[in-house]
Amino acid sequence: MRVLMLGWEYPPHIAGGLGTACLALTRALAAQGEDVLFVVPHRHGDEPAEHLELVGGNDVGGGLPAPRPGRLARQRVASVLSPYARPAGGLARPTSGPRPYGPDLFAQIASYEAAVRQVAREASFDVVHAHDWMSFGAGAQAAAEAGVPLIVHVHSLEQDRCPRGMDPRILAAEGAGLRAADLVLCVSALTARRAQAAHDLDPSRLRVVHNALPDLPRRLPRRARRLRAGPVVLFLGRVTAQKGPEILLEAARRVVAVDPRVTFVIAGDGDLLASMIERTAAVGLARHVAFTGFLKGRAVDRAYAEADVFVLPSVSEPFGLTALEAAARGVPVILSRACGVAEVLTSALRVDAWDVEALADRILAVLHRPALAALLAREGAREARALSWASAAERVRAAYVEVCA
Amino acid sequence: MSGVVLYFQVHQPWRLKRYTWFDIGREADYFDDALNGRILRKVAQRCYLPTTALLTRLVEESEGRFRCAFSISGTALDQMQRYAPEALEGFRRLAATGAVEILAETSHHALAFLTDEAEFRAQIEVQAARVLREFGRRPTTFRNTELVIARDVARVAEAAGFTALLGEGADHLLGFRDSTRIYRPEGTERLRLLLRCYRLSDDIAFRFADRGWKEWPLTPAKFAGWLEDVAVRRGADDSVVGLFMDYETAGEHQDAATGILTFLEGLPEAVARHSRFRFRTPAEVVALKGSALPLALPRPVSWADAERDLTAWLGNDMQRAAHEALYALLPRVKAHGDPGRLESWRRLSTSDHVYYMSTKFFSDGDVHRYFSPYGSPHDAFVAFMNVLDDLALRVGAPRVAVPAALA
Repeated sequence: MRVLMLGWEYPPHIAGGLGTACLALTRALAAQGEDVLFVVPHRHGDEPAEHLELVGGNDVGGGLPAPRPGRLARQRVASVLSPYARPAGGLARPTSGPRPYGPDLFAQIASYEAAVRQVAREASFDVVHAHDWMSFGAGAQAAAEAGVPLIVHVHSLEQDRCPRGMDPRILAAEGAGLRAADLVLCVSALTARRAQAAHDLDPSRLRVVHNALPDLPRRLPRRARRLRAGPVVLFLGRVTAQKGPEILLEAARRVVAVDPRVTFVIAGDGDLLASMIERTAAVGLARHVAFTGFLKGRAVDRAYAEADVFVLPSVSEPFGLTALEAAARGVPVILSRACGVAEVLTSALRVDAWDVEALADRILAVLHRPALAALLAREGAREARALSWASAAERVRAAYVEVCA
Repeated sequence: MSGVVLYFQVHQPWRLKRYTWFDIGREADYFDDALNGRILRKVAQRCYLPTTALLTRLVEESEGRFRCAFSISGTALDQMQRYAPEALEGFRRLAATGAVEILAETSHHALAFLTDEAEFRAQIEVQAARVLREFGRRPTTFRNTELVIARDVARVAEAAGFTALLGEGADHLLGFRDSTRIYRPEGTERLRLLLRCYRLSDDIAFRFADRGWKEWPLTPAKFAGWLEDVAVRRGADDSVVGLFMDYETAGEHQDAATGILTFLEGLPEAVARHSRFRFRTPAEVVALKGSALPLALPRPVSWADAERDLTAWLGNDMQRAAHEALYALLPRVKAHGDPGRLESWRRLSTSDHVYYMSTKFFSDGDVHRYFSPYGSPHDAFVAFMNVLDDLALRVGAPRVAVPAALA
């Protein structure tokens, strides 16, 4: 089957988990014989794309088509996300290379839609598969013009990213895409329930496709080299309200009061990073909390190898792939109950998202109860490694077959 | 004489309250009174009160031909006393008919036999005295927590003066042998072992309400026919069929709408009419002089799960760590001398606490989950260990928690 797949990012040029998931999913689809034409806003040329045909907006028509005047008003988006939150000013650390587009997200989306339109006119395909709201409009247009079915894939919802300030235009784009789709794939049952409730969708059109880990080496070295003397609690993700770093900081105060040897490592960039650093100093935790900034590649592996417990305290987390990465490496995991990954990782501790005391209690339990830590490490690794993109791809292909029937 | 022994287990644990690391040293009250009261009153309403009244009526109407046995854990007796005294009164009335034998067990439904024989004997004695006090007769039959039998259990039971022991008629215990015979556990002389016929017991306790079961709906007459089949197959007239089950099966786990109470109501007459079996209590069965076959108990056998072993309680590292830490603390608790602390420890020795930590079927979510007040087995372990640390502090023992390993 020929699939026109639309996504906003593609490794190595990524801001969140979306690009990683797209790469792993397309590889598994290709291995199962699917033929994928993937359109990103900008192709850099260094992407791993041997398994598919990757087209960037910059490949189309000798440059970026400007948005048609009057079709969309140019407005700055106050949302913390663009489409995923970018690091705050002084601590900015671009993930890679120059950003190809201007700061106006909706203008970028209009450009992307124009590029996709052009690709869609020239290419032939049996189904359109669009990832997250930024590509929903382009997907709906392409599917309608070509007369083929549309599948949209929800990796996160606007309510996940900005629970306290949803952008009405993003919400509208998201809802339009979800309603236009023949089938909606969601990364967790939690996300499916939320999408259904937010946009009044027909539950029979929802399917759950849990993420998995890209291929891991059979064994990863644990505890190769420890930089810190005491136990390490790791947070790895965007430092933004959605991920709950402030909750972790409050828990850190309670944990350190009991056990001053504990270090909290906050690995990631985000709009809350500066205020988190200031707050850490203000509450006297500076010696106990280390901010590493954005990590990638081997630095991520090192962070996991040093961790005694991994914490994902998200207020809202459609999936939470980092929890699987930690678990697969034998790091005990603590999740908030607002994490979709909890559906596939039962050997993790779970706390309510805002329950600081419970979070501190569970951190201390993992650090001081070896039987618990050992069980979570062993069983978590088994569960995380049992999940595969191959089976995720099989569910995606079943959706293709269903809509094309 | 073919006998059918109907025995019901009554038990409620003292469930813990939400207890975090930060409560250690601050909160000496470990148990969730509101939750325990709510559950006890609900179970009393659905099972203890109506079912006990029904059984009392059956005994009276049959003029004692219907007979059965109960074991009521000390923790359940305490909770009834506190939250639903009328339920305890109902059991007293039933026992007063003389047709009901009250068995002995450990006072706190503990797994003490595994680790601490002195505590095992102490809890048995506490319970035996309690049964005498509450029901007017000292028990002569012993059933261990979760029906666990083992060589040491049999030895201690005999030494404590019991003449009958109840156990699970597990296939891996019996091999080719028959669960309807009377056995003498190896290492004992006078003790007699009565076994649970798990197929017929589970027909009532688990399959009765299952509409997908090919025998559904199960009628008393059909069940009495199955009993008669047992005797016919044996070709002898001395079968003893043990129907052992949780009492809560009758009205709580399977509610009245399933027809379970109507089934029990019709059972005495159907058994009398369609089979050669007569209802007997365990003490009556062993009082009949007869041969007992020797039986080896090479490893502990319980009535839980398909494995019929101890893995529901001690199957993973958390459960073993919790069990070990609990019993390691006991000498300090006893030396401390405060009866309140000892009672707290004993409530923690109730096997339900480690059962909640079982990861055996957690992901499938089934019977283990049905009974657990926790969101996960890990949460059960965390709360239990925090409580244990508090108790350790209060009796002047070192905390259980170990510092995380330094690199």
